[in-house]
Amino acid sequence: MKEQDDWLYEINAKQSLLAIDFKEIWRYKDLLLLFVRRDIVSAYKQTILGPLWYVIQPLFTGVIFTLVFNNIASIQTGGAPPFLFNLAGITMWSYFAQCLNNTSNTFASNAGLFSKVYFPRIITPLSQAISALFKLSIQLLIFACFYLYFVLKGYALQPDVTLWLFPVVLGILAVLGLGLGMLISSLTTKYRDFRILIGFATTLLMYVSAVMYPIAEVQNSETLSEYTWVVELNPIAILIEAFRYMTLQEGIFNWGLLGYCALLSLMVFFVGLVVFNRTGRNFIDTI
Amino acid sequence: MSIILKAENISKQYRLGTVGTGTLRDDFKRNWAKLRGKEDPFLKVGAVNDRSQKSTEDYVWALRDINFEVKQGEVLGIIGKNGAGKSTLLKILSRVTAPTTGVIKSRGRIASLLEVGTGFHHELTGRENIYLNGAILGMTRAEINTKLDEIIHFSGCERYIDTPTKRYSSGMTVRLAFAVAAHLEPEILVVDEVLAVGDAEFQKKAIGKMQDISQGEGRTVLFVSHNMASVRSLCIRGLLLENGTSIYEGDIDSTVGHYLDKNKTKTSKSFVSPLVFSEDQIVRIKSFKILSKIQTGSEFDYEFVLESRYSNTVELAIGFVTSQNERVYQIFSGNSCEPFNLIDGEQIIRGSIKQLPLTAGSYTLNLWAGSGKIQYVFHKDALQVEVSLGSFKETKIVAHRNYALVGDAKWEYHD
Repeated sequence: MKEQDDWLYEINAKQSLLAIDFKEIWRYKDLLLLFVRRDIVSAYKQTILGPLWYVIQPLFTGVIFTLVFNNIASIQTGGAPPFLFNLAGITMWSYFAQCLNNTSNTFASNAGLFSKVYFPRIITPLSQAISALFKLSIQLLIFACFYLYFVLKGYALQPDVTLWLFPVVLGILAVLGLGLGMLISSLTTKYRDFRILIGFATTLLMYVSAVMYPIAEVQNSETLSEYTWVVELNPIAILIEAFRYMTLQEGIFNWGLLGYCALLSLMVFFVGLVVFNRTGRNFIDTI
Repeated sequence: MSIILKAENISKQYRLGTVGTGTLRDDFKRNWAKLRGKEDPFLKVGAVNDRSQKSTEDYVWALRDINFEVKQGEVLGIIGKNGAGKSTLLKILSRVTAPTTGVIKSRGRIASLLEVGTGFHHELTGRENIYLNGAILGMTRAEINTKLDEIIHFSGCERYIDTPTKRYSSGMTVRLAFAVAAHLEPEILVVDEVLAVGDAEFQKKAIGKMQDISQGEGRTVLFVSHNMASVRSLCIRGLLLENGTSIYEGDIDSTVGHYLDKNKTKTSKSFVSPLVFSEDQIVRIKSFKILSKIQTGSEFDYEFVLESRYSNTVELAIGFVTSQNERVYQIFSGNSCEPFNLIDGEQIIRGSIKQLPLTAGSYTLNLWAGSGKIQYVFHKDALQVEVSLGSFKETKIVAHRNYALVGDAKWEYHD
């Protein structure tokens, strides 16, 4: 019978693991853009400095890091000026951290919205990753400015040819942050512990992600040789290092490692997505 | 007409108590206790748990095997008492949560209106919020663009449309939000009792718009409400839920009839209060009872049982409050007779209204006993009653719908 076939959609009790309706997500693309716009517009409303905060945060962190890690702890940054070296790390790291932090709160902070209306839940974390790009682009601009400044000051800086891979590196970083964030946001619906955990875990993660030191420094250290793998196999460290190689020609760039990062990130993202989708269907009953 | 929405065996199960204590540590403790064969440490906390210990029923069915079909252009009213499962059904229909069993098949996009102004961001301007709210409800940017002027006009917020909504009065926010929702154009619209917000004027506008949507534009609407009057005036068919199962389905008048029969309102109320009397508290209402049927235009008889230790005088009053919380009608003994003399002990006072002027619907009764400006007893929401449809003259059926009070009058030709 014709009548049984032409249903537009069904609401089912059971759902296959990966029932992601891409057509539907596409239909909600306007919502995605509006969420991005909302996040950007409302982030610094009623602040005096506004988006200038995007500039101030990395600059001050960069200065402090240079003072502490390069001047006091005297970490070597090769041919690159320490400040620029740190700024590169901070820029990439803060993008990752923003993706992770914001998406890991998806369910908790949108409970009111999610309990009242349906839209593909994935829109929310996606919008977070995209609005984080806005902040990143401002910080990249700052980085470029200082880059020029140091070039004019006589540093022999030159971007590597691999710079065209930057979107790929950024993409992997975003996918990893999103995946982890979605996984954690699903766990927080049941256990609030994870929300507290994520706060200091990201801070700790920063220290093993080669943000303010080159991976080589860890490898050369004799006291830490047993734990070198923590940094070496950390995809964030590898990606930050790759970014510094592209821009400052400092650090390690390795196709194999990049492939490993991509694979790992995709896996994390995939697991995160499945868990996120499952949680999204029923989380309103448990939150 | 073709069937646009079909629900088959919809059930929803909730777990009681064991959903998780909320923290990882507590769940570890619980599992650790289970491993050692000890009882769950969190079941002991607080309440008496004898029943839940012995019973294997940790689950409750909020909905059980709901089946229904909705035809294109039909307005289905879903009614039932609190806890009957109406909201759960709405949540499933609007895909906020998934059913435990069963399937809902739909031939159209479902948009749900469980709340007015979902996702409004107060830092954004009215215009930006129209876009955001519209998109959340499932409209595309292009759809909103074509309707923007209409929405702004409907909301009546033209002057402030580029002002952040945090500067709006709450009434303006609600109007703007409803304007967006009213211009949704899904094939199926699911509406909760959102109409119960806002002032009387706004409610009228909202109900009017709902009528336009369902009658004028031939949209399919699923409407959940406690307000029998608005359900009656909006819906064509009804679905009656009780304790999670559907117990009646049919045309709206008979469904509402079934609902009212099911909820034969309690017509008496006893008040338990300590028998301490003082100068401020010389009397208490021991019980209140309605002796007659409760029907528009019919005689309405009632009885107070008073208890006192003093010989003093007292006046009595009954107040009727509509479901919109409007105090519409009062009977005060002081308007009709001398104060009643109290005696040491019980005193029964009866009264009656010749023709009850209240129109069909549910009302709550407030009871009052006092003397002049002194109030001895005030029982707010003492009793909830359902006034049934009736008339002043045998043959006439009172047509009122949107008014709380009706009256008999003399009408004649004037030469």
